[in-house]
Amino acid sequence: MNGISLYFKLIRISVASQMQYRASFVIMSMGMALVTVIEFGGIWVLFDRFGSLQQWTLAEVGLFYGIIHCSFALSEALGRGFDIFHRYVQRGDFDRLLLRPRSTVLQVLGQELQLMRFGRLAQAMAILIWASWTVGVQWTVLKFAVLLFAIAGGVLLFIGIMIVQATVSFWTIQGLEFMNSFTHGGTYMAQHPLSIFDGWLRNFFLFVIPLGCVNYFPVLFITGKQDIFGTTPLFQALAPLAGAVFLLVSLYVWRFGLSRYQSTGS
Amino acid sequence: MAQIQVRDLVKTFKVARRKAGLFSALRGVFHRDYYTVRALDGISFDIGPGELVGYIGPNGAGKSTTIKVMSGILVPDSGSCRVMGLTPWQSRAQHVANLGVVFGQRTQLWWDVPVIDSFELLRDIYNVPHADYRRTLDDLNDCLSLGPLLEVPVRQLSLGQRIRCELAASLLHQPPVLFLDEPTIGLDAVSKLAVRQFIRHQNTFSGTTVILTTHDMDDIQALCSRVMLIANGSILFDGNVDKLKQSYVTEKRLKVEFLHPPHMTPLSDKVTIIENQGNRLELGFATGQLSVPQLVNQLAAMGEIKDIIVEEPPIEEVIAQVYEELGL
Repeated sequence: MNGISLYFKLIRISVASQMQYRASFVIMSMGMALVTVIEFGGIWVLFDRFGSLQQWTLAEVGLFYGIIHCSFALSEALGRGFDIFHRYVQRGDFDRLLLRPRSTVLQVLGQELQLMRFGRLAQAMAILIWASWTVGVQWTVLKFAVLLFAIAGGVLLFIGIMIVQATVSFWTIQGLEFMNSFTHGGTYMAQHPLSIFDGWLRNFFLFVIPLGCVNYFPVLFITGKQDIFGTTPLFQALAPLAGAVFLLVSLYVWRFGLSRYQSTGS
Repeated sequence: MAQIQVRDLVKTFKVARRKAGLFSALRGVFHRDYYTVRALDGISFDIGPGELVGYIGPNGAGKSTTIKVMSGILVPDSGSCRVMGLTPWQSRAQHVANLGVVFGQRTQLWWDVPVIDSFELLRDIYNVPHADYRRTLDDLNDCLSLGPLLEVPVRQLSLGQRIRCELAASLLHQPPVLFLDEPTIGLDAVSKLAVRQFIRHQNTFSGTTVILTTHDMDDIQALCSRVMLIANGSILFDGNVDKLKQSYVTEKRLKVEFLHPPHMTPLSDKVTIIENQGNRLELGFATGQLSVPQLVNQLAAMGEIKDIIVEEPPIEEVIAQVYEELGL
């Protein structure tokens, strides 16, 4: 059996397991959705008070918000195994994965598909639809493809961050929270247009953790707004590739961490 | 050629030295003292196909580290290990396909779904052809009477039931080598017997090489012709169980029951009285110093004898004595 179909088999078990605890699933999903509503409410309050953010309206910011939260919700659902990987190391469950003749990345991804994150996904999609309707986006097939591409790029980027975070837990399981500043903090940052930041913060989210590439540039492409950096539409449409590149780099980091783990065994 | 060949394995761990107290914990964030533990200090052995080897030693002796190195989970500092011609940590995926591993304290089954779902997933993970899978499962089902358990979620199984399922799960891909890490820990007497019977059956009829770590000396007594004793990272004894006893058992026990309470007369000073209660008397005596007939003669003078049993001390005590002699 090839890796892809094995992945779906693993996920089927994970889904079946979660369905054993149906009430908890329903409550957690609703909770997840509610968090997003309240979060966006916070942004709405700010705009209500101050009108606009540089030249950006609330609905335009809603596009950033919707796209990044779609990516984040999907990546948390898919990458759950890496997100809580330190627990597997701590409990020694990771050794069990090493005893199976399959790729470790595939097995960790297959550990869990966290369904309750779809509550947040639904909410993010609702805000995205509202925002695009309010902004009055003229949808074309190409623009829609760029939207999906941006969301996919974001998913790859976030999973990459989770893999790096998981790799750190080969050395230490303490102080992993600082990695959350890249996922949760990065999501918060990416809810806003990159152009409002400047200096090292902007460079960091462009070149180190390229959240701007999976979010800021595609929104410019979709809205046709002028870019203060003066990038071309072609660049804006292809920018989400940065997410895939980040994931590739993180897989190398993972491979290195794995070889270190086997020689320390801590 | 040996199926498993281990040469001069050395493995050290760096352990952070931590002191109690909040201040030291804070200090530990910036600076840590490390000391090294030599978990394996140059161990070597060969194991042939179809052997059933008991691997014993006190806690922290290096048993689990050895198993982890042989499984490809850990890379040693130096030394070599080849299992069926493969170096575990160099060709992990190829190597673990030859391997079944059961950790008595940990599960390899998916907790919330029926056992059969886990089995089918393992079939796909190991790429076992469906026909082979069905045949193997039928065999395992017969030996371990899994029938009614297969539809039950793992979390609802008792420990004994779970271990039976774990054993089956580790053998679905018919590995030639099986590592069992404390498979009988925490089991009741009936389950222990069932597990032992199964291990023997698997070893005899499928020719599976088994390495068994355990603290239960009855496991060793019942199953293993060969035993390896490890302590402080070195192998101290490697040979058959009888040889282990010969080298370390210097005392035998004699239990005697009289028809009436005996008239106690002083016995030879080579004899110690372990228990003296009513008609019964339990004695310990050093082998080689005093023969059984000599002792029986002395006892016959004390009263009419109803029954006599001579036995070796239980292997538990032999091992305890070995540990004690080595200062462990």
